[in-house]
Amino acid sequence: MRTPLSPLRLFEPRSLRDALRLLADEGPLVPLAGCTDVYVSLNAGAPPGTRFLNLWALDELRRIEVRGSTLMIGALATYTQLARSKPVQARLPMLAAAAREIGGIQIQNRGTIGGNIGTGSPAGDSLPVLAAAAAVVVLQNARGRRQVPFNRFYTGYRASVRRPDELIVAVEVPAVDGRQWFRKVGTRAAQAISKVVMAGVRADRPRVALGSVAPTVIRATRTEAVLAETGDVAEARRALMTEIAPIDDLRSTAAYRRRVAGNLLERFWADTGIADRRSPIAD
Amino acid sequence: MRFTLNGKVVNVRAHPMKRLLDVLREDCHLTGTKEGCGEGECGACTVLVNGAAVTSCLVPVGQVRGARVTTIEGLKRHRALQEAFVSEGGAQCGICTPGMIMTASTLGPSPSLDEIRSALAGNLCRCTGYGGIYRAVQRAGKKKHGGRL
Ligand SMILES: Cc1cc2nc3c(=O)[nH]c(=O)nc-3n(C[C@H](O)[C@H](O)[C@H](O)COP(=O)(O)OP(=O)(O)OC[C@H]3O[C@@H](n4cnc5c(N)ncnc54)[C@H](O)[C@@H]3O)c2cc1C
Ligand code: FES
Ligand code: FES
Repeated sequence: MRTPLSPLRLFEPRSLRDALRLLADEGPLVPLAGCTDVYVSLNAGAPPGTRFLNLWALDELRRIEVRGSTLMIGALATYTQLARSKPVQARLPMLAAAAREIGGIQIQNRGTIGGNIGTGSPAGDSLPVLAAAAAVVVLQNARGRRQVPFNRFYTGYRASVRRPDELIVAVEVPAVDGRQWFRKVGTRAAQAISKVVMAGVRADRPRVALGSVAPTVIRATRTEAVLAETGDVAEARRALMTEIAPIDDLRSTAAYRRRVAGNLLERFWADTGIADRRSPIAD
Repeated sequence: MRFTLNGKVVNVRAHPMKRLLDVLREDCHLTGTKEGCGEGECGACTVLVNGAAVTSCLVPVGQVRGARVTTIEGLKRHRALQEAFVSEGGAQCGICTPGMIMTASTLGPSPSLDEIRSALAGNLCRCTGYGGIYRAVQRAGKKKHGGRL
């Protein structure tokens, strides 16, 4: 590991209350969940801080449960948990599909949804799903909780409204009406960061969200409006081109990403159009 | 830091942010677990924590307090898998082999080629071209060792 350990300090709370108190009294602290992002930085000699807060022992943040019509997902739920969870499969199959395509099984066994939100990479694969599902992020500090609509959570590239003394404790997902769709395009199925990732919901008011085409995950609201009003996917594709701003980087080019994003939109519309066809994410 | 290593309770003195990989190799003197990339991509450092495959280069030892850790040295119930890697040419230079075997050991009985491929997607091999590895896991799976691989 290229980061020396001796300057690093780890706080190890036993409960959420302790964790929030430590954040208030000792902060700023870098939360540690499954460490699949943080330890990549530490291994590379680029630690995100020197004082850390271990969340891994806080089982109260691991629960996935249904309350009324809302699916509650604890921040520490891993991709393995999400892919296997009956309530997730039943209510949010596009999240189960995304979870199965993240990393390999070793990453799925450790990586958490809270960590994916916390990292806030524009390529985070669970993020378009949360955007399309109109999820709500639950933030908590020692004084209380607040709920932030996912679509207002990010303020820029890897920047969010989370304050340093707050933890992401859960995401709440209201019932999603309509047919859900998820597709990730990368160099290969496993272990590959997305070049473009898209989640969609086919309903009277369709929803479309994409990753890796802008500094943050986006809801393509103009595209959605065209689909809702006209159902004309060619016109929707043109609208989509006006609301994405992909870049050239080492994984891909902007031009390729535009084309893939447009193709994904058409695929989404075709796959979810015929009433009796099985949802492509159900198999 | 107490945890169970290959069935025995151990107590190591280490910084809680030390990588499990380094604790196993340096403090516990179990060098079967290998470091390839050090960034979670290659799977050479795979061990089991409470039965689940994880890359030990991304695990701070503080997060295995009280857990069951199994390394290649402790994989007693999977001789068939180890022998099949030998007989099917599943190992060449061998650096990926402990990680491959650890991940494969979490598969259910008689896995299909598809299941094997997706389970091993996080384990890279630069030598074999994977054919021998998949054959080895399939062969061991058919032999059914104690109901599992
Ligand atoms: C080999 C490999 C493959 C990968 N493949 C993919 C992939 O296909 N798709 C993808 O999207 N990602 C992928 N990743 C990235 C990573 O696995 C995910 O982003 C994962 O969800 C991170 O979760 P974690 O629990 O490991 O986060 P950590 O590394 O523990 O934390 C990540 C960030 O979030 C913060 N954080 C964590 N939990 C909280 C919380 N509860 N409250 C506030 N802040 C918090 C941390 O402080 C840190 O800044 C991959 C990583 C590796 C190493
Ligand atoms: S050394 Fe851990 S995954 Fe490569
Ligand atoms: S045998 Fe050499 S890397 Fe797999």
